Amino acid sequence: MMQQVRYVLLAVAVLLGGWIVPTQQAAADIDEDIALGAKASAAKERGEGCVEPTEVMRSQHMKFLLHHRDETVLFGIRTKKYSLKNCISCHVSEDQAGNYIRINSEGQFCQECHEEAAVHLDCFQCHATTPRKK
Amino acid sequence: MSKPTSNDAPDFARRAFVAKATTAAGAAVVAPGLVVTAFAKPADQPVSAKTRWGMLIDAAKCAADCTACVDSCGDQHGWRDESVGRPEQHAQWIRKVGLRDTATGHVTSVPVMCQHCETAPCADVCPTGASYRRPDGIVLVNMHTCIGCRYCMMACPYKARSFVHQTLTDQLPDTPRGKGCVESCNLCATLIDESSGTAPQTACSAACQKDGNGAIVFGDLNDPNSEISQRLKKEPSEQLRADLGLNTGVRYQHV
Repeated sequence: MMQQVRYVLLAVAVLLGGWIVPTQQAAADIDEDIALGAKASAAKERGEGCVEPTEVMRSQHMKFLLHHRDETVLFGIRTKKYSLKNCISCHVSEDQAGNYIRINSEGQFCQECHEEAAVHLDCFQCHATTPRKK
Repeated sequence: MSKPTSNDAPDFARRAFVAKATTAAGAAVVAPGLVVTAFAKPADQPVSAKTRWGMLIDAAKCAADCTACVDSCGDQHGWRDESVGRPEQHAQWIRKVGLRDTATGHVTSVPVMCQHCETAPCADVCPTGASYRRPDGIVLVNMHTCIGCRYCMMACPYKARSFVHQTLTDQLPDTPRGKGCVESCNLCATLIDESSGTAPQTACSAACQKDGNGAIVFGDLNDPNSEISQRLKKEPSEQLRADLGLNTGVRYQHV
């Protein structure tokens, strides 16, 4: 009886181990592969984070943006935290000539994740996709 | 029992009372003993009715062949030289209007843009509340709520609003614009909001001082010491279509 339980536990452990390790690996791959943007990458290297922890930003960024949008449009509050303009200035990448790449183009910070999650990104029908030209 | 009033007639006595009450409450909350100057709203503070932004345009100084204000507005907000669509449908936030006196032949030229009315007809008719007046007197379109019905364009006596007919690209960071929304002069609200600590200027008034003839003065109508208030007190001025009783934020001289 005890022998059987031991076998079952071992089997479970092997199965779990085989499942957990690749999942963690996949999460790490997303972090490594994503085009964070020039300033955001530099900040990450310095050990600084986004305006909220990454997990919070991943699931809640749209709520922060919507709330800040109403405060800005209706009451003229233009703080940088949670402002779309500030997101873009940090997460935009540059090409080899030093020109900004549109943040909603393929492989860029906003677009890559939205494509993965199959969520349509319509901010940029009206909003600028790059910071003001240097 | 007071006489019932119709819904469309604003009760100015009540407005004045509410404005005074909120201003007093605001002053007490912000910092006791500290008077916040009109042109220094910190970025994290909401706009207040203590300020009312406005402009004074002197037609005697405005030259018919000068378009410095129109060009700078187009550059500031990204509507200049639109490449898509038909020219007659292009956005026009500000335009030069010429008036010729048929008896004398004298031509008067002035820029006309959103007049930032206190009782804005555009905001009155807007079915979604997208057209609104900020407490500091700036009349704006909330493009997130605008459904593009263009009712406001019909209501505006100054023909100040434009509708975007085409898909746009390369908008500027400070001026989001898009197809299906109505837009108009926003009195450079972003410049004003981000001017913390300094006296703000709109793109048109700055260009008029620099490249034009100094015909446009921008400032706070509620501040008795501002240049615009001083001049409005001393010199005669008028509102366009004053008969409509809209109490415009943009005033004219020598029209």
